[in-house]
Amino acid sequence: MTTVHDGEPGAVSTTASRLRPRRAHPLLVFLAKRLAITAGLLLGVTVVTFGLVNVVPGDPVTANLSDQALNDPATVAAFREKWGLDQPLWAQYLHYLGNLLHGDLGISQQTGRSVLDDLVRYVPATMELAIPTMVLALLIGTGIGMLAAVRNGRFTDQLVRVGSLLGLSTPPFWLSLVVLYVFFYQLGLAPSGGRLSTGFSPPPTVTGMYTVDAALAGQWDVAWDAAQHLTLPVLVLTSLTVALLVRFVRSAMLEVLQQDYIRAAYAKGLPARVVLRRHLLRAGLVPVVTVSGLAFASLLSGTVLVESIFGWPGLGQYAYRSATALDLPSILGVSLFVALVYTLVNLTVDLLYGLIDPRIRLS
Amino acid sequence: MAPLLDVDSLAVTLPGPRGPLPILHDVSLTVDEGELVGIAGESGCGKSLTAQTLLGLLPPGATVTGSARFAGTDLLGLDNRGWRRVRGGGIAMVFQDSTAALHPMLTIGRQLTEHMRVHLRMDRRAANRRAVELLDQVRIPDPERAMRAYPHQFSGGMRQRAAIAIALAARPRLLIADEPTTALDVTVQAGILALLDRLRAETGLAVAFITHDLGVLSALTTRGYIFYAGRVVETGPTGALLTAPTHPYTAALLGARPHGTQAVGTLRPIPGGPPAPGEAPPGCPFQPRCGYAQPSCGTAPPPLAPAGADRSVACVVRPHLEVATR
Repeated sequence: MTTVHDGEPGAVSTTASRLRPRRAHPLLVFLAKRLAITAGLLLGVTVVTFGLVNVVPGDPVTANLSDQALNDPATVAAFREKWGLDQPLWAQYLHYLGNLLHGDLGISQQTGRSVLDDLVRYVPATMELAIPTMVLALLIGTGIGMLAAVRNGRFTDQLVRVGSLLGLSTPPFWLSLVVLYVFFYQLGLAPSGGRLSTGFSPPPTVTGMYTVDAALAGQWDVAWDAAQHLTLPVLVLTSLTVALLVRFVRSAMLEVLQQDYIRAAYAKGLPARVVLRRHLLRAGLVPVVTVSGLAFASLLSGTVLVESIFGWPGLGQYAYRSATALDLPSILGVSLFVALVYTLVNLTVDLLYGLIDPRIRLS
Repeated sequence: MAPLLDVDSLAVTLPGPRGPLPILHDVSLTVDEGELVGIAGESGCGKSLTAQTLLGLLPPGATVTGSARFAGTDLLGLDNRGWRRVRGGGIAMVFQDSTAALHPMLTIGRQLTEHMRVHLRMDRRAANRRAVELLDQVRIPDPERAMRAYPHQFSGGMRQRAAIAIALAARPRLLIADEPTTALDVTVQAGILALLDRLRAETGLAVAFITHDLGVLSALTTRGYIFYAGRVVETGPTGALLTAPTHPYTAALLGARPHGTQAVGTLRPIPGGPPAPGEAPPGCPFQPRCGYAQPSCGTAPPPLAPAGADRSVACVVRPHLEVATR
């Protein structure tokens, strides 16, 4: 009943057509599409933010002027005229949009500087926290998450799960205070806050990140001091991010561990470390990349509580002060920046998918 | 000469939600060098679990008794290091579903060479050269290019061929093929079977072929083991097994199998289903479904006893069996 013969005649032609090399062309199309979408998204952000700020009960005039100045109608009128608040909303919006197209984000009512200058000043401080935090959290979170998955149900796994839950339910400000109490007040191992000790002046600006700039300028004492100021806030942010990542890594890896190809890898006689590093890690990475992207974007958007406690002049603090002062140009500037961060991070995540998993085609 | 693989009285118990579940009972089988042996039975009869046991890939909490010797090595006494040497290099496995068993994110070349470099201590270039040869041997067109391809770029038949090439890469002496053709078209299936037979003839490879398809068994193997509910119920030369079965279950399997021009109405399905693990009756596990059962069948599971030349059967009744001949 079974006819035995060799070869599959149909296989040859199918391979030839399926093994077509990937061309660079679709990638460019993909990027162009995504950039167009990003532009539309940013426009939407301006509309929403503009609308929201004008809907909330509160008046920039009362938020910015002192009681004395508020009693003087001439001062109030001058303030309104200066910031264009006397014009109708649509005119204000169109004016803002026109300036935006020229790269002008407006002047912050709070700082009196251009919003762009403010962003250039505050964003690098936040990046200096976000980048090392993300790198550390990825390494530690992936490692611990994989360990928990491999030890599924055993003591190590239970310990990791409890630890992760504790980390997720710890309020950031509380952890910051504890860390400050222990490492600054009790042990004196790290400075209490700020970016540099008194007596040090910031290095010449290249990236705006003090550690990098100081190293570039060869000012090693400044770089070391800046790095010390990073430790405590990075420690707090890393623990919180690790707690989040571990859960995702664990469940992603658990799912992969059930797959036949992991059993097949063991059946080939590969050492466990090779199976874990090459086969398990690679396959479990896709969902991890998604969460990491979101975590990174959120870190880059500034962390108000941690920044406040450590006196860190980052985007979170700037956003908080702008919001409480109803400083419309700054709020819009921060919103645009945050939207841009999220779209860029998502774009990177999508590109990483394709790198990790060849089955995910760009479409 | 001692057989390459000698399994004796193997029993495996897996942890279950309500206590331990005995899955394999008293399984004994041998495979000689260069021999093609078939292992057949319905789904869930313990065929695949036997394979997993022989590769040390049982889930945690499983208990194994009996003995399993491979090329003089006591498999059940191996530590991690010893298992690593046996897996891939001594005993290799081809899984049922090559789509699931190939890593979707690693190239075929990577999956072909990584264990070669461990077992055969080859450098990258030598391993790549051998990999290309292997792909060519399993008749994958344009092997150089196939090395850089990912599994999803292959057709089902090519994936299974690649999986066989991967299994053979580290020069194993025994290949366990767990229903390697079940998911494939009949024509593709025939090609794979011919390939396995050719490899056996050319390299002296021993093959344990797990299948639920008696047709495959008769086309390919010289000796066969019929599994039922975690036991070997009958064994012998494949030709004799399939033309003159001595166990009612073997006969029933043959009767339930469509072949030739036979009309569907004349097929005789076996009434009932095999017992779930842990729920087997006290006596012969097939007794509730058996048309020849006697009261004595319900007391104890019958042992595998010699029944003619090279044959054994686990049946105390041994009725005269009528089998539809082709």
